[in-house]
Amino acid sequence: MARKTTPAKTAVVTIAAWTIGFLIFFPILWIIILSFKTEGDAIKSPLQVLTSGWTLHSYAEVQTRSNYALHFWNSVILSLGSTVLALVIAIPAAWAMAFVPGKRTKDLLMWMLSTKMMPAVGVLVPMYLLFRDFGLLDSRIGLVVVLTLINLPIVIWMLYTYFKEIPGEILEAARMDGAGLKSEILYVLTPMAVPGIASTLLLNIILAWNEAFWTLQLTTKNAAPLTQFIASYSSPEGLFYAKLSAASTMAIAPILILGWFSQKQLVRGLTFGAVK
Amino acid sequence: MNMTCRALLGATVSLTLAGAAMAETTITVATVNNGDMIRMQSLMDGFYAKHPDIKVDWVTLEENVLRQKVTTDIATKGGQFDVMTIGTYEAPIWGKQGWLVNLNDLPAEYDVDDLLPAIRGGLTVDGNLIAAPFYGESSMVMYRTDLMEKAGLTMPEAPSWAFIKEAAEKMTDKSAEVYGICLRGKAGWGENMAFLTAMSNSFGAKWFDMDWKPQFDQQPWKDTLNFYLDLMTNYGPPGASNNGFNENLALFQQGKCGMWIDATVAASFVTNAKESTVADKVGFALAPDNGLGKRGNWLWAWNLAIPAGTQKEDAAKAFVAWATSKEYLAEVAAKEGWANVPPGTRSSLYANPEYQKVPFAKMTLESINAADPTHPTVDEVPYVGVQFVAIPEFQGLGTMVGQLFSAALAGSSTADAALAQAQAITTQEMTRAGYIK
Amino acid sequence: MATEQSRTAARLMVSPAVILLFLWMIVPLGMTIYFSFLRYNLLMPGMESWAGFDNYYYFLAQPAFTSALINTLLLVGGVLLITVVGGIALALLLDQPFKGQGVVRVMVIAPFFVMPTVSALVWKNMFMNPVNGIFAHIAKAIGVQPFDFLSHAPLASIILIVAWSWLPFATLILLTALQSLDREQMEAAEMDGANWINRFVYLVLPHLTRSITVVVLIQTIFLLSVFAEILVTTNGGPGTASTNLPYLVYAQSLLNFDVGGGSAGGIIAVILANIVAFFLMRMIGKNLET
Repeated sequence: MARKTTPAKTAVVTIAAWTIGFLIFFPILWIIILSFKTEGDAIKSPLQVLTSGWTLHSYAEVQTRSNYALHFWNSVILSLGSTVLALVIAIPAAWAMAFVPGKRTKDLLMWMLSTKMMPAVGVLVPMYLLFRDFGLLDSRIGLVVVLTLINLPIVIWMLYTYFKEIPGEILEAARMDGAGLKSEILYVLTPMAVPGIASTLLLNIILAWNEAFWTLQLTTKNAAPLTQFIASYSSPEGLFYAKLSAASTMAIAPILILGWFSQKQLVRGLTFGAVK
Repeated sequence: MNMTCRALLGATVSLTLAGAAMAETTITVATVNNGDMIRMQSLMDGFYAKHPDIKVDWVTLEENVLRQKVTTDIATKGGQFDVMTIGTYEAPIWGKQGWLVNLNDLPAEYDVDDLLPAIRGGLTVDGNLIAAPFYGESSMVMYRTDLMEKAGLTMPEAPSWAFIKEAAEKMTDKSAEVYGICLRGKAGWGENMAFLTAMSNSFGAKWFDMDWKPQFDQQPWKDTLNFYLDLMTNYGPPGASNNGFNENLALFQQGKCGMWIDATVAASFVTNAKESTVADKVGFALAPDNGLGKRGNWLWAWNLAIPAGTQKEDAAKAFVAWATSKEYLAEVAAKEGWANVPPGTRSSLYANPEYQKVPFAKMTLESINAADPTHPTVDEVPYVGVQFVAIPEFQGLGTMVGQLFSAALAGSSTADAALAQAQAITTQEMTRAGYIK
Repeated sequence: MATEQSRTAARLMVSPAVILLFLWMIVPLGMTIYFSFLRYNLLMPGMESWAGFDNYYYFLAQPAFTSALINTLLLVGGVLLITVVGGIALALLLDQPFKGQGVVRVMVIAPFFVMPTVSALVWKNMFMNPVNGIFAHIAKAIGVQPFDFLSHAPLASIILIVAWSWLPFATLILLTALQSLDREQMEAAEMDGANWINRFVYLVLPHLTRSITVVVLIQTIFLLSVFAEILVTTNGGPGTASTNLPYLVYAQSLLNFDVGGGSAGGIIAVILANIVAFFLMRMIGKNLET
């Protein structure tokens, strides 16, 4: 709150923040540590785990057993593809709703959000039949479309709230200067909207990357992303902590790194119109 | 145009044709992520040497995900897989639907008659073999020889439930984290219900009578559940209501269980010195009984089946025949040792003097032979299956009842309440499905 | 003001999204409604027959339904409570100047990037397992009997796991909002002798109201359909102690392969979710009015 700080207070805050931050991060750190242990060591007590030897064995085994590159590549294509497609559809829609609001705009938004509440498990069989009939089973295109539709409501809503913060007067001014719709969007709105679009893009990539129901159900091998990669390591017979940890680390590392590098951009647009 | 030219052209054409005939057929095999299947994926050279024109793509999944995916796919004729790994539960149901390709025409050297009769019987529908067993298992008692000795007892080859209880009591030492007995408690038709249904058979209980009326309100089920709860609450490990195969395996390997009644395949894990701290102190015995003529052991096999309608039936058959052949067993033995051979499918394996040296070979075979899926219970029943009831509704029913029993084990419900609820739910579902008129 | 022309343009721009979402809603949903009136078991093809409202009756009449409903609400409410309260506390803390702010923030947001299946597997096996989990090891080290989280507090454990994944999201949004707080106003209040609590209640909290509503709305949408975490950890048990509505639908349609019953459950879940959505929207609508 107030910026007046004493050294003692700063020390307390520093310790508290680091402790809490560490505790929140600890489970992830622990997976990473276990991934460098043998199966036998991985189930020991924390102290014994830390003092036991380090090995790359689990990574080697995961590497020979599964085609990580293929799953990784599919995850990239699915999350990027669905995000770009969602943005292409959502930007005009959100723009229109934000700048030319009608009486029904709010209801429309609410309705869009409500489509997200459909429990996926309940519609699996109809979807499977549709996918079969259109020959889309195990195809990236089919999944890109599904992931786009799943996240579209959130994307539209996020963009809408962001666009709404762009003051209307600027548009009025642009119109006075005789700018057409096209140049209005291109030169006036776009620069102001970029941060919002960027963080929407990032959030959607994260959501699509982590989607674990449809990506598992509608793929077999060619289009299968990392969620399926994980499913082949969970709960086999025998000990599996180390292998599961290695596979988990490999599955979450890319998105974790992306998230860390882009956290400033992500945060800037994560306001949902809540910051005035 | 002269002859040479034509000849060249002809040669090119025939070369192209030959190339087409040699072209790779890629088959997709869905399989479960258990050790034996993973091992096969690294031993494919033998298959490729024999069939250079076939390429195998693996889809390896955790058991529950696998089962649900292949079932959805085969029931909707999605056609995503050419070979599926299915359990003994699915095989008769799918076979009856005509969803699986008959395997009657496997080559003579495959030697179908070598398959263990109990396993083969479960995979035969109307006289047709509809799946080939990859590995088979029953359940048996695994116990710590050192703790047994310390308790001053000797495990008979075919113990009774009363003996198991006595031994559990004497072996338990909670301060040293040694629990007399570890049993499955995690809810699921293939988890706690596999164990409890098999156990109930030895208590004279059954799921349904000849009119498909549920039998949970009868005394035998009460005895089964009370005995189980008594064993587990007094001599079992903490958190038993979340323990499945894996959790118990980890406990046993760390020396925390005196006895463990579970799948015979576990024997190769607990005697493996690399993973198990008690590898040289494990003994085996048949699953217990109550003198009623049935033992509490189950029968299960993971099998390879080919969905009807696949475009690549021949390639799929070639693969199935190789993966479940004697030749493959010999190859695993040569490269990874006899203890790692997929067990429980062929008589010839158990006749092999080399394999007989494996400590758990004899008990595995005897356990498998002691199970009879077509006559699983003391009284007559209208269904097939030892630890399951081979009707489509069973997965759901078994899981719901499993949840009730698991709640009783966790202490959030009582045995009587769980049984009453099980009876009510099962009656409702069976009425709805049209079994009870 | 908007002209007729721009209105038409706006309609054109919204329509692709509306049409797509409408199709997405109506096609699977239409098929689901149709299936919900059939006796249709995936394992018995060719046996489909008209069932009327039987599927609905059986789905609603099963004892698990009420507990699933309550569990769904508890799960949503519990996670919201933890993430909002925890998020505010954490945002206030991270808003203070201290050494290594960047690193701590990175650590705090990390769980948001972890797949639900992975986080559930990790918590279940490496932390809550009563024998090999870290909590059990700690309990044993201090001489206490390890607590079996997933058997004795299944729903609370799942709430904890889900809250761990969503806490970063709440924290981030609230932190962003907090940073836009008018510092001068705060300092003025402090000079006027307003104490810590007063400043929080009268200045900070009102400023955060809108962000809190946003957090509540977005999270509710995702929390109503929590599924993977339950499937991986408790399978809805023991009993039905941790079965929520989506899991119940799953049990019906993919364990029983009872497409009819599962579809009926799905439709009921959609209706209930929309009722929740309706109230939520009214609440948000008021709060987000500009």
